[in-house]
Amino acid sequence: MSIPEGSLLAAHDLHKAYGPTNALDGAAFSIHPGEVVAVMGPSGSGKSTLLHCLAGIVTPDSGTIMYNGHELSAMNDADRSALRRTDFGFVFQFGQLVPELSCLENVALPLRLNGTGRKQAESTALTWMQRLEVENVAKQRPGEVSGGQGQRVAVARSLVTGPRVLFADEPTGALDSLNGERVMELLTDAARSAGAAVVLVTHEARVAAYSDREVVVRDGKSRDMERVV
Amino acid sequence: MRRIRHVYSGLMSIGHTLLGLLESGPRHGYDLKRAFDEKFGQDRPLHYGQVYSTMSRLLKNGLVEVDGIEAGGGPERKRYAITEAGITDVERWLGTPEKPEPYLQSTLYTKVVLALLTRRDAADILDTQRSEHLRLMRALTERKRKGDLADQLICDHALFHLEADLRWLELTAARLDKLAKEVHA
Repeated sequence: MSIPEGSLLAAHDLHKAYGPTNALDGAAFSIHPGEVVAVMGPSGSGKSTLLHCLAGIVTPDSGTIMYNGHELSAMNDADRSALRRTDFGFVFQFGQLVPELSCLENVALPLRLNGTGRKQAESTALTWMQRLEVENVAKQRPGEVSGGQGQRVAVARSLVTGPRVLFADEPTGALDSLNGERVMELLTDAARSAGAAVVLVTHEARVAAYSDREVVVRDGKSRDMERVV
Repeated sequence: MRRIRHVYSGLMSIGHTLLGLLESGPRHGYDLKRAFDEKFGQDRPLHYGQVYSTMSRLLKNGLVEVDGIEAGGGPERKRYAITEAGITDVERWLGTPEKPEPYLQSTLYTKVVLALLTRRDAADILDTQRSEHLRLMRALTERKRKGDLADQLICDHALFHLEADLRWLELTAARLDKLAKEVHA
């Protein structure tokens, strides 16, 4: 098995089928600490399945996933859940904020779930909201803020626990160009300054241009574009 | 940065731009060059020769006139003023839409078809190009992040065009099997 040296998260020869459909058919992936890697590909190519496998949400039928020296694919559910809470952060296209909580409470939520006291959690959350330039909506609920602000709140929430890997699945998919670019600038700046690696799934080239390199997934197979030329 | 510069090298009407700059008042050739470089030159400033050859053409066509010549000066000390005909010309230019360029990917298309004909890996050619496009898009995005509003607008223009090329590359990659059948039919 070939795992690139120094990689924080790496997958080799992943296979995953949903019924007769091969979502992943020998896909590979690797990312180094602090690196931003775009995963691109047409709809239905398997890029979201790859992200879900890498994040330990979906178990591949076969293949190996190594995270920080441990075999993710061999962990039990409880260990993988714990890892997701402590080491991974997630940003999706939409529908990720709890509508009944204020934006500040949303950002503080992962810390609260990890047992941090309210005052400390909200203080850390506010720092992240300032970095993402949304501290002004701290007291508002998600339904009361714009799409761009809501997404920046979601990014703040994904980074509040200091994850080592941030998984972003079409994080700007529901935003217009201007808001999408601002989210990407702030997301990549915040992740880089925190030293987090970012797995960025996108079908938009202008979003992928914020990454350090790209991996293209087609028919469940991956190709590292850095090794193309 | 050479590749970035290459993206900017679209056809710009230097004559009309200089004329437009003259509308706010008469200027020397040197002032015109400085104003042009500051606003539109980016990393591609005008050569003095370009300014003076353009001004003599505009002069010949009656679009500018010599407003004064500084004492002891050669031709480069001339101060130019825009004429009524010049103002009309600028107005006409601004109001005329630019011809949308179809950007037919003829070279790439030819390469893909030839690769298929000669049983080479056409997908590889498309991926190589895709990689090159994204490399340039990354450089432009980085420049945009560090630049001012003018940089952002210029880089965005290039980025949207490159994105369109990339979509063509992706679509063609998805249609390669079909194209191969037609090529070999």
